[in-house]
Amino acid sequence: MTTAILIKGAALPSGTRTDILVRGRLIAELGSNLSEAGATLIDADGLTALPGLVDLHTHLREPGFEQSETVLTGSRAAAIGGFTVVHAMANTLPVADTAGVVEQVQSLGNAAGYVTVRPIGAVSVGLQGSQLAEIGAMAHSRARVRVFSDDGKCVSDALLMRRALEYVTTFDGVVAQHAQEPRLTEGAQMNEGAVSGELGLAGWPAVAEEAIIARDVLLAQHVGARIHICHLSTAGSVEVVRWAKARGIQVTAEVTPHHLLLTEDLVRSYDARYKVNPPLRREEDVQALRAGLADGTIDIVATDHAPHPPESKDCEWEAASMGMVGLESALSVVQASVVDNGMLDWRDVARVLSSGPARIGRLDGYAEGITVGAPAEFTLYDPTARRVFGREQLRGKGANSPYLEFELPGRVLTTVHHGYATVLDGELVDAESIAKNAAVPHG
Amino acid sequence: MRHLLSTRDLDREEAIGILDVAEDMAEVQNREVRKLPTLRGRTVVNLFFEDSTRTRISFEAAAKRLSADVINFSAKGSSVSKGESLKDTAQTLASIGADAVVVRHPASGAPQVLAQSDWIEAGIINAGDGTHEHPTQGLLDAFTIRRRLHGRTARGKALDGVSVSIVGDILHSRVARSNVWLLTSLGANVRLVAPATLLPVGVTGWPVTIGYDLDDAIAERPDVVMMLRIQAERMSGGFFPNAREYSRRWGLDDARFNALPPTSIVMHPGPMNRGLEISSRAADSDRSTVLEQVTNGVSVRMAVLYLVLSTGKGPA
Repeated sequence: MTTAILIKGAALPSGTRTDILVRGRLIAELGSNLSEAGATLIDADGLTALPGLVDLHTHLREPGFEQSETVLTGSRAAAIGGFTVVHAMANTLPVADTAGVVEQVQSLGNAAGYVTVRPIGAVSVGLQGSQLAEIGAMAHSRARVRVFSDDGKCVSDALLMRRALEYVTTFDGVVAQHAQEPRLTEGAQMNEGAVSGELGLAGWPAVAEEAIIARDVLLAQHVGARIHICHLSTAGSVEVVRWAKARGIQVTAEVTPHHLLLTEDLVRSYDARYKVNPPLRREEDVQALRAGLADGTIDIVATDHAPHPPESKDCEWEAASMGMVGLESALSVVQASVVDNGMLDWRDVARVLSSGPARIGRLDGYAEGITVGAPAEFTLYDPTARRVFGREQLRGKGANSPYLEFELPGRVLTTVHHGYATVLDGELVDAESIAKNAAVPHG
Repeated sequence: MRHLLSTRDLDREEAIGILDVAEDMAEVQNREVRKLPTLRGRTVVNLFFEDSTRTRISFEAAAKRLSADVINFSAKGSSVSKGESLKDTAQTLASIGADAVVVRHPASGAPQVLAQSDWIEAGIINAGDGTHEHPTQGLLDAFTIRRRLHGRTARGKALDGVSVSIVGDILHSRVARSNVWLLTSLGANVRLVAPATLLPVGVTGWPVTIGYDLDDAIAERPDVVMMLRIQAERMSGGFFPNAREYSRRWGLDDARFNALPPTSIVMHPGPMNRGLEISSRAADSDRSTVLEQVTNGVSVRMAVLYLVLSTGKGPA
């Protein structure tokens, strides 16, 4: 048995002040003046307790690209960011397109013990976009995969997409589409518009994203499937999803923290840390994404945490890899972009970063948030903190954060996962203790 | 001037200042001994990640006429996967003791990345980066126009009210970009003429007028017509149906050349595709500045090397 934990005086997302008593893997009691002999006491005065954050879009890179990230290092980056669940994208080597690979990734996650690692299965064999992967085998494996994605590549073939949407329905799964029309984005380097024309970088038109979303929501409607759109990045995409939802199409959508905060103007530096897929867009797009998140058109925030080794970014723009790390900074960036300006409150944050992604991923235990009897998965966050975000805040292997030297609000001080703390006093609990806690059987 | 990365960074006074120094350098070119001792002991590296014999020998001639030591470094294959990285190459040059590095690179922004990095302290001169800029080409074009218009009294002057039509593949042209920013800073009125497929999406925000029709542009009696080279790969890229149609619509053929006012000058950055974007008659006429541009290129590059190396690190 792990030791009981007693949190004193935390503010729930609703604003209600409460103590939280954790026993075993569950939240045992809520209320004021709780006490428990022998419990680890945590003073949460002034802190906000958020349900454990769930990332629907994480690149853990293992197996195959361990120089960029491993399941363990990515899990540590997640925990320090307040996450208790990550969904690991399928673009590993080998690709997560069989039951064997997804089970391996899941068991690496269980052994690391910082977060629940839920593998995402590939839609097509080898992400090649020509033949369906073993979706049924992955769905029925120990990993119980429910989200399928060729992320990094678009399922561009309309017939394959139709079949995938239909087939996944059989297993109550969802296809998460990386919407990028490949022919319109050959060699594309940044958002196509005024800045790309000036910088002489090949343009990545908004329509390449919007056209695929429009096609796919219509396909989903036709076959009665649900569909999830990864990393919306344009104002037009928000409009298309809004239209689809109004028609009753079962579509959900995500936005990344960086698309809520950063614009293409940063590319003027040719600093490859700002190179990402989809690319940073215009200020108008950022505003539309924020409004879409606030009005529910966009369901969730997902990080698209994409670590790369230094040599992949320390070079000329065109040679650089696309992607940014985001787990460690996600909550702070959400606060900076949509909470501090009043567009979202903390209940909304709990919805877009915890219950929402859990619902899309068919993950149990996150629907009700911090309630008695719910799994003890939460994080204590100090929204009044301010810090210059630096390399020392990163806990994964990747240093390719776009926020280095930005001043960001907020700080995660404690994260509790499976009833034990993975973060205490703003620092990760050591890997050995976590692995030991994770190995304790439960039932 | 610490570096020269783009003409967009140059304001009107700075640009006139560079052109005036280039006039001084041009005077030296008319002397019996064309060499100045100014940069003796300084090392200039021509770092070319992309073939360009014309630009390289122009910089080489410029550096040698200022008595600098010149190292030519041809480093084709720029990305990590193909060979040595930009970073390692830069650190190697820093260790050799380069005082200025003239960079030609197929990736837009590569010279700026070098200048911002802590890999190398040397002054960086952009000799053409991807489809971004080719600032010394812009400067030598402005210099050529100014000399044609003002002759020996060019010093201190800008290009106010001069009308310039730039014709061809604007989308992929670093020459066009450098000319647009520089010529408009100097007060010229620039018109871009191209099929819509060869104009960047954001071009409406540029300080220029846009036209699709070359005959219309010629009817407005421009002081300067600058023809851009059509690259072979654009012809297969679906930007226009074929070379014949391009030539018919956007080539400076004999009829269009005859329709130009007798005072108009015809420019081309070279190398030319004769018979495609420019007819031989236009290219070889006395209104063509093609060879003057090459001569002036050496003077302008001498000026840029001098200005960068006299403000860079190390003994001046």
